[in-house]
Amino acid sequence: MTTIQVATRKGLFTVARGEGGRWAVAARAFVGDGVTAVLHDPRDGALYAGLGLGHWGVKLRRSRDNGATWVDLPAPAFPKPDDPSEETTADGKPWPWRVDQVWVLEAGHASEPGVLWCGTVGGGLFRSADHGESWSLVRGLWDHPSRRMWSGGGADRPAIHSICVHPEDGRDVVVGVSCGGAWRTRDGGETWTIASEGMRAEYLPESQAFDPVAQDPHRIAQCRANPERLWCQHHNGVFISDDRGGRWRELTEVPPAVFGFAVASHPHDPDVAWLVPAVKDEERVPVDGAVVVTRTSDGGKSYTVAREGLPQTNAYDIALRHALDVDAAGELLAFGSTTGGLWVSDDGGARWQAIDARLPPVYAVRVVG
Amino acid sequence: MPTVEFTRNLARHVACPTEDVGGDTVGAALEAYFARHPAVRSYVLDEQGRVRHHVTVFVDGRQLRDRGRLDEAVGERSVVAVMQALSGG
Repeated sequence: MTTIQVATRKGLFTVARGEGGRWAVAARAFVGDGVTAVLHDPRDGALYAGLGLGHWGVKLRRSRDNGATWVDLPAPAFPKPDDPSEETTADGKPWPWRVDQVWVLEAGHASEPGVLWCGTVGGGLFRSADHGESWSLVRGLWDHPSRRMWSGGGADRPAIHSICVHPEDGRDVVVGVSCGGAWRTRDGGETWTIASEGMRAEYLPESQAFDPVAQDPHRIAQCRANPERLWCQHHNGVFISDDRGGRWRELTEVPPAVFGFAVASHPHDPDVAWLVPAVKDEERVPVDGAVVVTRTSDGGKSYTVAREGLPQTNAYDIALRHALDVDAAGELLAFGSTTGGLWVSDDGGARWQAIDARLPPVYAVRVVG
Repeated sequence: MPTVEFTRNLARHVACPTEDVGGDTVGAALEAYFARHPAVRSYVLDEQGRVRHHVTVFVDGRQLRDRGRLDEAVGERSVVAVMQALSGG
């Protein structure tokens, strides 16, 4: 049975088909607590939830019974630095060697059943080889000299939000960093090369605009059938790559706007992708108060804008970067909003249905099954 | 033996019964508690071993100022109370 896992500021909600085939909330967990990331591991069916418990810090939980019960796992954490004073923040304060948020969790390759990857607010990429029982900072990326050039994007410190594991080769991983561009490893994380050449930053002086390390990709998605094709919703535009981040080109004609956070790639067709655009960065609201989903079916040459079933007046819903997902067939899509809306499409994003709920602000959506 | 107790709000997330423990400093008393209840540690201390930013610790009603060294002395009948700081919302 297909479900939709919805991680919100106040709990994790399972949405499933109910009476008459309508989607509805079927189960809830962690009500009252912030759920900042959720992962369903297709290799063993485990669910993982990253929690932000405010006073009590960042936590990680796992369920092996579809969310009925959860166990506490150690959350990814920075090791004690040799010399804590050696690194400072941009404003000269001691660097806080602290994970502020579990921002994204991804399963490793099928041939590495225990491997999980985790991107954090705080800038660390972490890897587990034992289903989340222990975590290691990926030193190859953390110790890369360019890592110190990363900066915060929407947070005080940099953050890793996208982890694209190659479907054929688990050692080949692309990550996206706000703000630190995109990075690729081909050896399981030992060595990394920049993978954001061609991205353009409007928020920098002109001479710096194409600095790949200063880019703010909001979300990077890969096509499972052709992982050379990457899509990026960036802070000031939409970009596409045909060589797994070797080079990006900008798509400037996306209607109704090129700003947004989320992007999803069709799992089979590399030319199909979906975006949830909004007025650019200084406003961050839907264009004309109307929520839309923009789809391209030809690699960004043309677009259709879906409005059916979506609120078209006085709607100020924003889809955050992890709040849009598509199923393995490329037919069922779901996205959630900062004002607690959740919409589902059964026809590849042409028509949408709102679920009857006023959820807490939605951080992340995963279509499962 | 000092007593370690927690705000009831923490019991939502992890079992943290009030217990008498050994130790002659705040840090030693907390360590003795965590030795019995290892799951509680990460709720109180951050990954660098400091008291979490929005957690407050009281010793016999006085708020602990040092959050890193935890070397303040506690007596045989001291109460170490771990609470939520209102700064955390």
